[in-house]
Amino acid sequence: MSKLVKLKKGFDIKLEGKAEKKTEAFQPAQTFAIKPTDFVGMQRPKVTVKEGDTVKAGTPILFDKKLESVLYAAPVSGEIVEIKRGEKRKLLEIKIMADKEISYEAFTKFSESDLKSLTKEQAVDALLKGGVWPQIIQRPYGVVANPEDDPKAIFISGFDSHPLAPDYGVLLKGQEKYFQAGLNILKKLTSGKIHLNLDQDSEVSPVYAGVQGVEVNKFSGPHPAGNVGVQIHHLNPINKGEVAWTINPYGVVQVGKLLLEGIYDASKVIAITGSEAKKAVYAKTYQGACVDKLVVDNTKSDHFRVVSGNVLTGEKINHDGYLGYYDHQITLLPEGDYYEFMGWAKPTSSKLSFHRALGLLSFLSPSKEFVLDTNTRGEERAFVQTGVFEQVTPMDIFPIYLLKAIMAEDFDEMEELGIYEIIEEDLALCEFIDVSKHPVQDIVRKGIELIQYS
Amino acid sequence: MKFLRDLLDKQKPLFQKGGKFENLYYLYEAGETFMFSPNHTTGIKGAQVKDAIDLKRMMITVVVALLPCLLFGIYNVGEQHYLAVGEAVGFGEKFLLGLKLVLPIVIVAYAAGGIVEAIFAVIRKHPINEGFLVTGMLVPLVVPASMPLWQVALATIFAVVIAKEVFGGTGMNILNVAMTARAFLYFAYPAQISGDQVWTYLGEKTAVDGFSGATALSVAYGAGQSGEAVTSALASHNASIGDQLYSFANMFFGFIPGSIGETSTLMCLIGALILIATGVGSWKIIVSGFAGTYIMGLIMNAFAANEFMAMPAHYHLVMGGVAFGIVFMATDPVSASQTEKGKWLYGLLIGFLTVIIRVTNPAYPEGIMLAVLLMNVFAPLIDYYVVKANKKRRLQRATV
Repeated sequence: MSKLVKLKKGFDIKLEGKAEKKTEAFQPAQTFAIKPTDFVGMQRPKVTVKEGDTVKAGTPILFDKKLESVLYAAPVSGEIVEIKRGEKRKLLEIKIMADKEISYEAFTKFSESDLKSLTKEQAVDALLKGGVWPQIIQRPYGVVANPEDDPKAIFISGFDSHPLAPDYGVLLKGQEKYFQAGLNILKKLTSGKIHLNLDQDSEVSPVYAGVQGVEVNKFSGPHPAGNVGVQIHHLNPINKGEVAWTINPYGVVQVGKLLLEGIYDASKVIAITGSEAKKAVYAKTYQGACVDKLVVDNTKSDHFRVVSGNVLTGEKINHDGYLGYYDHQITLLPEGDYYEFMGWAKPTSSKLSFHRALGLLSFLSPSKEFVLDTNTRGEERAFVQTGVFEQVTPMDIFPIYLLKAIMAEDFDEMEELGIYEIIEEDLALCEFIDVSKHPVQDIVRKGIELIQYS
Repeated sequence: MKFLRDLLDKQKPLFQKGGKFENLYYLYEAGETFMFSPNHTTGIKGAQVKDAIDLKRMMITVVVALLPCLLFGIYNVGEQHYLAVGEAVGFGEKFLLGLKLVLPIVIVAYAAGGIVEAIFAVIRKHPINEGFLVTGMLVPLVVPASMPLWQVALATIFAVVIAKEVFGGTGMNILNVAMTARAFLYFAYPAQISGDQVWTYLGEKTAVDGFSGATALSVAYGAGQSGEAVTSALASHNASIGDQLYSFANMFFGFIPGSIGETSTLMCLIGALILIATGVGSWKIIVSGFAGTYIMGLIMNAFAANEFMAMPAHYHLVMGGVAFGIVFMATDPVSASQTEKGKWLYGLLIGFLTVIIRVTNPAYPEGIMLAVLLMNVFAPLIDYYVVKANKKRRLQRATV
């Protein structure tokens, strides 16, 4: 049975710099990188190539010794130019200098009728070898799925409600065939259902229009309605001992393409967003692309920050840094490293706030798009305000109690209060609106790791 | 403002690690962040932009909500003085006299509390917390204008140390700090904060004949003892110093003897509006607090064993410190119930207890102070059950 879930709690951070719905050509990136740090929970990354080796798109270059069967593939063909390590030889980046013309590893190609007769083992094997497995994320913990698990269901959020999020209709244009093929394969991986969750408040993208064999649910409401964690909570919540998998629609397409075409295709469309972007548009590139070509000559000033991903859950990268593995968006923001005289008392209508305390006037213009910079707007303080985290968390969870349980390292409390149901992104809004400026997402990850490795 | 910024930047190295005044860093920090929002930027991972609010802004909102009570309180101190001594003077003179009496109390409370905060911040190396901005304003408003300044100082110090710092500072305290200050005064120096003689400042002058100085609550309490109907006792009381001094309207507007900030229900309601509109105070606690008071008033009416119990329930809402206590003390987010469902019960019980203590306590007719403190202690228990229900839902689901 498909469901319609209406969420009232949450908050849309309306920002300037939404990408126009057109794909523009930029100079292609020259280097690409796989960053083991993109894969949460990867413990002992092992590189299988050396500097100077040449690879094809789809050649495995990395695996995690904790989960050896999962291979991480090169997004493009070319030469491994650098294996960058940080403190204690922590593996940071594997950089590839791309060929002009991309050559692909050849994997087994299946016809659509072949796909039907594939067994689960064959399907898993194909996805692992083809390098697309890391697209599948397991809940709880939000880490790359273990191929040996039997998930109770697979959840796909068909839309992104984050600030300035790209439109999947643009990202996945023309990929309908691969999307459906991907779903058909994924169905073999679970004994439960596949839930495809769409946005009730906007038009259905063509890519989802004719999907078959899955349960389609609709969600309505402000962010985080598009977070798959919130959707799972309302459809089929995760309890202790259970495992569910999630996958992004882009990952589904990649899976479909691998099986129908026999190639690891890491090409993707990403959105260039943010108030600092001169041209906020979509651009064609590949996983792990160096963003310099997209950023150079495309910003309004010199003093800006490049975020891989969105402003709530993204990561600050260098101006010539690399796109995160799971990101379909970069956000260009003004840096906020300035002092502001009496900044805490001045009335302001130009700074966005969820709150309405004295002088915060942004609530008067609910549809206005704001320019936010990276200033923290205050100092870290003790927890004082109560009841607001609940207002942006559309789940039956008490965020403050959960966070305090994590800080106290109280395992039973964490379990009972719902640590299995969330990952960082689900409480990201709490971090944004927090009066006391706590690093909420860091705390959440700390809690997950405590539970996961204890 | 550049010269100010330059000045701060020049001094900064002295207070930073390795500097001459390294130990006093948090004093410098308090001053610096008061004048300038810091230039901190968000971290590498996580939220890259932040909401415009900070704790300072939240706390100053409460201070602003208290201003109507403060300003009216200042005026009323003068008003009551000139009523008692039988002189007719203008608005300005009343206000000036009030200012002369109230301002020192405010300054002493801020200074005494501020010094304690600063000492703890330096010793424990934590930032000075802005919650103190509110505490320093609440304490003066719950004492009579005749309170000796040294007692104000002592009470503030006691409250900040015992009710807050021993628990780990702002955010960890169990009891409302300002209510603790008042409770301290009540138990340590009852002569200066109870009875009929302290609420009206007389100075060198003598009161007119028939002046008693009693608060509306003690009149009502006295009526309960003597068997006279409360409304007629209120109407006849102090007839010599003012026509209908304790009329319902006067009690609502606040032209009656009492603590500096708590006499005017109207001003408290204006404060409540500010708190609710800005979302800083919980409307659930305010609404359920008033509702609880009224409901228990009605229940008392139903029994009506004495005249005080028979007093019309709505009188409870405008007498004594109920409005002030519910609006500004019960809504303290740290010591109140922290779950949304819990807040309903918390406010309701404060209202209930206030009236019960009022009409059954043989010694002291005011109940809001003890009700808030008692419910502060029970708030974690209320939350415990609300959270437990949530855990139970989670657990039940697991078996399905």
